[in-house]
Amino acid sequence: MTTFKHLLALIASSLIAGCSTPQDTAINDPYERTNREAHAFNKAVDKVALKPIAQEYANIMPDPLEKGISNFATNLSYPADMVNYLLQGNLGEAMYSGNAFILNTVFGLGGLFDVASANGARPRGTDFGETMARWGATEGPYVELLLLGPSTQRDAVGKIVDFALDPIGPLLGANERQAVQSASIGAGLSSRAQYNDMIEGVYNSADSYAQARLYYLQNRRYTLGIKETQSDDQFEELYGEK
Amino acid sequence: MAKSNITRRAILGAMAATSFCIAPVLAASNKQAEELVIQLVGEINAIIASGKSESAMIREFERVFTRYADVSTIARYAMGTDSRRASDAQLSRYTKEFSGYMARKYGKQFRKFVGGKIEVNGSKPVKKYYEISTTAKLNGEAPFEVLFLVSEGSGELLFFNMFIEGINLLLSERTEIGALLDKNRGNIDNMIADLAKAG
Repeated sequence: MTTFKHLLALIASSLIAGCSTPQDTAINDPYERTNREAHAFNKAVDKVALKPIAQEYANIMPDPLEKGISNFATNLSYPADMVNYLLQGNLGEAMYSGNAFILNTVFGLGGLFDVASANGARPRGTDFGETMARWGATEGPYVELLLLGPSTQRDAVGKIVDFALDPIGPLLGANERQAVQSASIGAGLSSRAQYNDMIEGVYNSADSYAQARLYYLQNRRYTLGIKETQSDDQFEELYGEK
Repeated sequence: MAKSNITRRAILGAMAATSFCIAPVLAASNKQAEELVIQLVGEINAIIASGKSESAMIREFERVFTRYADVSTIARYAMGTDSRRASDAQLSRYTKEFSGYMARKYGKQFRKFVGGKIEVNGSKPVKKYYEISTTAKLNGEAPFEVLFLVSEGSGELLFFNMFIEGINLLLSERTEIGALLDKNRGNIDNMIADLAKAG
């Protein structure tokens, strides 16, 4: 109960912050020093553990099985997506996520086959960070979380809520829960292997911290539908009157 | 009768004057900008489908990049205000290394495009440039948007920026070149030497 109260306080403080600070497209990074330390740690963990394990996993697993495990994990995220979409007041997307879950679970052997996407109905994922954004909470400072990577204050709070908001967890037995956890680890390893070229590109850049921050913030704002406002200034700088 | 003629001539004249003022800014049409991206995407798809070695593909990408992108303008933007203190010789060496670096960096990303394709969705004029929206459909991945920004600012219709799922190429490269300059304590020649190895 106390954790719940703390969480509510966190959400509330984000929302209050939302009233006082204007939304913009700049980089807000007051914790850069500690963030850079977390980045160095994450990069080291990736190098010695995550990357080699992910490559081994992708090599050993037969492709259809690897795909099935990823599909299974993705399918299990749809109920939480549906709840978040409902909280966002987005009934259409909520139904879309719910339908995909039912379709894949019933006709895709419990979610091993992505029947919904094969029929062109792949729902877009969402999270509580997005829900808070829809409620008016501002992004807050940029943070790089240990092991979890780039985030913002709003998205970090969102992650905690998403972890607590587990609509199917209570329905599962101990063995099933373990299977679900294993599947989500497998799916994570698959993504690491699949996006290797891009991730290596960021890690090999001259300032991988700054590059990861830029990628995360821009892509996240794009996902949230925040209008990009830099193009006009960039155009002026490129071709405007000197 | 004569009076109405004058009025009509005045209106036509005013119209001509207005269009004359607008014309240099947006001489090319929406369609031409879209056509440029269709050609560009066609060339990229052809290179991916060619099955050549990676180094051969990267050389091809560099040729396509220098043909369709306003390379010198993008390169100068990436260097930021430091470009003002660079000599002409430094700028031209830098621009050359920059295009090689871009081809290597993005060429490696295109590897996973094998069997995939980019489709052009449409275009719209934005102030003095055009936005051309495309969708990359790659194997086993959710389709994602790649936006090309095309303008005639250089005197020729070329693309000057690209957004991959919201990530601004100009900003990303300014971050990168800025970091390379910092690493070399602002020494432009050493930054160029590093750039030749990067990507």
